[in-house]
Amino acid sequence: MKGVCRLGFFLGIFAYLYLPIVILVANSFNANRYGLQWDGFTLQWFLAMAGNASLMEAARHSLFVAVCAATAATLIGALAAIGFSRYRFPGRRLFQGTLMTLMMAPDIILAISLLVLFVVVGISLGFWSLLLAHITFCLPFTVVTVSARLQDFDPFLLDAARDLGASELQILGRIVLPLLRPALLASWLLCFTLSLDDVIVSSFVTGPSYDVLPLKIFSMVKVGVKPEVNALATIMVGLSLVLVLLSQLLLKEREGYGPLR
Amino acid sequence: MKSSGRTERLVTVLVSLWLVLFGVVPLLLLVATSFFAQDPIDFFRLAPSLESYRQLLDPGYLQVMRRSVQFAALTTLLCLLIGYPFAWYTSRLSRPARVLVLVLLMIPFWTNSLVRTYAIRMVLGSQGLLNQALLALGIIDSPLRLLYTDTAVVLGLFYLMLPFMILPLYACLEKLDYRLVEAARDLGAGFLQTLLRIVWPLSLPGVYAGCIMVFVPTMGLFYVATLLGGARQLLVGNLIQQQFLNARNWPLGSATSVVLILMMALMLTGYWLVLRRLAGRRRQ
Amino acid sequence: MATSVLSLCGLSKSFAGHRVVDDFSLEIGQAEFVTLLGPSGCGKTTLLRLIAGFEHPDSGRILLDGVDLLPLPPEKRQVNTVFQSYALFPHLRVFDNVAFGLRLRRMRGEELRRQVAEALALVQMSPFADRFPGQLSGGQQQRVAVARAIINRPRVLLLDEPLSALDARLRREMQVELKRLQRELGIAFVLVTHDQEEALSMSDRLVVMAEGRIAQLGTPREVYEEPNSLAVARFIGEINLFPGRVAERLADGRLLLALGDQEMTVAGKSGLAPGQAVQLLLRPEDLRLVERHEEGMPVFHGAIVERSYRGSTLDTIILLDEGRQLRACEFFDEDDPDFDYRVGERVRVSWVRGWEVVLADEE
Repeated sequence: MKGVCRLGFFLGIFAYLYLPIVILVANSFNANRYGLQWDGFTLQWFLAMAGNASLMEAARHSLFVAVCAATAATLIGALAAIGFSRYRFPGRRLFQGTLMTLMMAPDIILAISLLVLFVVVGISLGFWSLLLAHITFCLPFTVVTVSARLQDFDPFLLDAARDLGASELQILGRIVLPLLRPALLASWLLCFTLSLDDVIVSSFVTGPSYDVLPLKIFSMVKVGVKPEVNALATIMVGLSLVLVLLSQLLLKEREGYGPLR
Repeated sequence: MKSSGRTERLVTVLVSLWLVLFGVVPLLLLVATSFFAQDPIDFFRLAPSLESYRQLLDPGYLQVMRRSVQFAALTTLLCLLIGYPFAWYTSRLSRPARVLVLVLLMIPFWTNSLVRTYAIRMVLGSQGLLNQALLALGIIDSPLRLLYTDTAVVLGLFYLMLPFMILPLYACLEKLDYRLVEAARDLGAGFLQTLLRIVWPLSLPGVYAGCIMVFVPTMGLFYVATLLGGARQLLVGNLIQQQFLNARNWPLGSATSVVLILMMALMLTGYWLVLRRLAGRRRQ
Repeated sequence: MATSVLSLCGLSKSFAGHRVVDDFSLEIGQAEFVTLLGPSGCGKTTLLRLIAGFEHPDSGRILLDGVDLLPLPPEKRQVNTVFQSYALFPHLRVFDNVAFGLRLRRMRGEELRRQVAEALALVQMSPFADRFPGQLSGGQQQRVAVARAIINRPRVLLLDEPLSALDARLRREMQVELKRLQRELGIAFVLVTHDQEEALSMSDRLVVMAEGRIAQLGTPREVYEEPNSLAVARFIGEINLFPGRVAERLADGRLLLALGDQEMTVAGKSGLAPGQAVQLLLRPEDLRLVERHEEGMPVFHGAIVERSYRGSTLDTIILLDEGRQLRACEFFDEDDPDFDYRVGERVRVSWVRGWEVVLADEE
């Protein structure tokens, strides 16, 4: 009885989480423009989407920014995590506090504060402002992911490598980076997703010259149902599905080593 | 570590600079802006003024603030009510089942939130699935107006924020030593007593973390309010967006966000105090 | 020691104003097994890290084969460490863990394979070469850690509590194993431990450390049988103490001791003068529960309060009439394999002349 309740609870929640997405995906293949009833299978909305030049351009922009932001944030974040895990310095706690605040702060605060900065400093709103903003809100996540991984290390691993004759560079190349690889890939994927997902920050810090996907979608659906958006959304759902599974596989790989200590 | 000291120092300094430049300085600028005079052409004028803070106390403005807090509180409560049993059940599952549940939870979480809000809109629309189902079942005679209601906004916010509640709760409950529960049962505590006296107090850090992750960010989700609640100013986020992007009244928008920052700071301080109290207790 | 391989001269190291290693000097011979024994916080691990190069001493010198080690970073020192946590690289298989040091020295191909196979065979881990560390038991990880450390042919192998994570049976097995390995390799081993049994059974020489200094240095037998202070005695093995006082120095140099209202003579010892308070130290296995005691030896009266059968010995706790408790440990012998005591039985306690150790009462 208890088991049935629990199963029902899970099913209910997952139904709530998934039903809207399933309907969205179904409608992207539905010949009925408004998704009122099933009028047969069609791919016409995908074609319409591909034919919408401004939508496609926004998609290209979004992917490009996401790749750049994820790469930069992972790189900077990993270096920061490695540096901070091994190098004690005054203001370390302040640094951690800033990171946590950045991570916890509502997107909208980050968005407008960066907008103010860009305008005051005189960076025109467009690709660069967008990229800088995305790197900034991704950074805490990469630092946290990589730091968590570093903390899992037996601190004597590095001593052991030195003891056996490894130089700093060899330790980095042979021990630290291989052990960090799953964390690096996972945080890259997370940043990529965060960047693609972001509506709030992007809507403040990009300009008309550089339209990105979430903003394009937002302005398209504000007024009503757009079947091209359904098609695009289906692709994005598929993409996130792949990314989640990929990151899970990365976590699996880590377990293959067995306990780290 | 001497040989690498210089590189590490350099990296540390560079990253710290980045954080200061893009984390601390913008916040200070934002706070500063809120104390400047308003100017519809140049966004703001470099003259000290408390005008924006006076406008915050305007009854209409206060009304939106109050409703925004209500929305956020309701969403947080809903997330907690549903998220707590979810996290608890999940933490008690076998390992493979746990991974499955978490992955299933993460997939929507990793899906674009705008797309998901849009999906909810399709379900709630007057000709959407929910109305069609209710009509077909004969529960209602004519379509209900679901979209552009407060209920729709709360349902949407709940939909987006639920994982933010579940994950900290789960992280906390997963670490809970199940033998404590068994010990409580062994000593004669019933289900409810075990929950109230053992599990709940021990999970408080997770509860606080979850509430912080849901409450303040919820107030910023202007696009959810726009898509599901119509063109009304429902959330603080809408106010800020309005002031910054349409009214070009930066000082007022900044003052509004300062309120949000203060709320956040308040909650984080509370969280920190709770953590410290718990840590202190553990040390004894 | 003529063939000293490692010399520690006046090493000192402080952390945050606290002296962890204090003017420490020691010579370690070629192929010698030296154990640093002491309670946690006595500086033994720090000493090991100084030798390995992970810490730098505030003062003092470390010479390896007469060459100053201090300017060299850890990776350049011909000294290798077996870490307490083993510190095996989790992403490398056993083979690659062991090969790590050789690969850094650019060894490749057949020679590399041969040497790794040899090292693995030495620790009996050949069948596990393809496993990841996470797939090994604690004892197996321990063996891999040793193989990885000896493959660079260090002049000295440092072992930091290498057996502390193993269960009792495995620990004894590895003690024998390590001892064998040390004989086969013929290099110096420096072992850090807080397990006195381990220290006694494995070392050629034993260094008992307290507060960063050498409390006593000697063979295990010397340290156990002739501890030079109460602290050392307490740390190694169980002890019974009999308080007394030096009554006078006899003409032949021997000392007359007063133990309560009894007297006995002991061999003379420098540093003890008439009037000085002393403690007579006796190990549980030195005490005899006797019917008739040796002439001129003190005897103490009491009753058995506890007895426990330990297989080869019978352990008893005796409450003396004067109020102190003693522990005695008697071996079963062939003449009387069934001897036993009842709780409450009255006994007389004494010992064989000369088995007592007389120490000045520092407390």
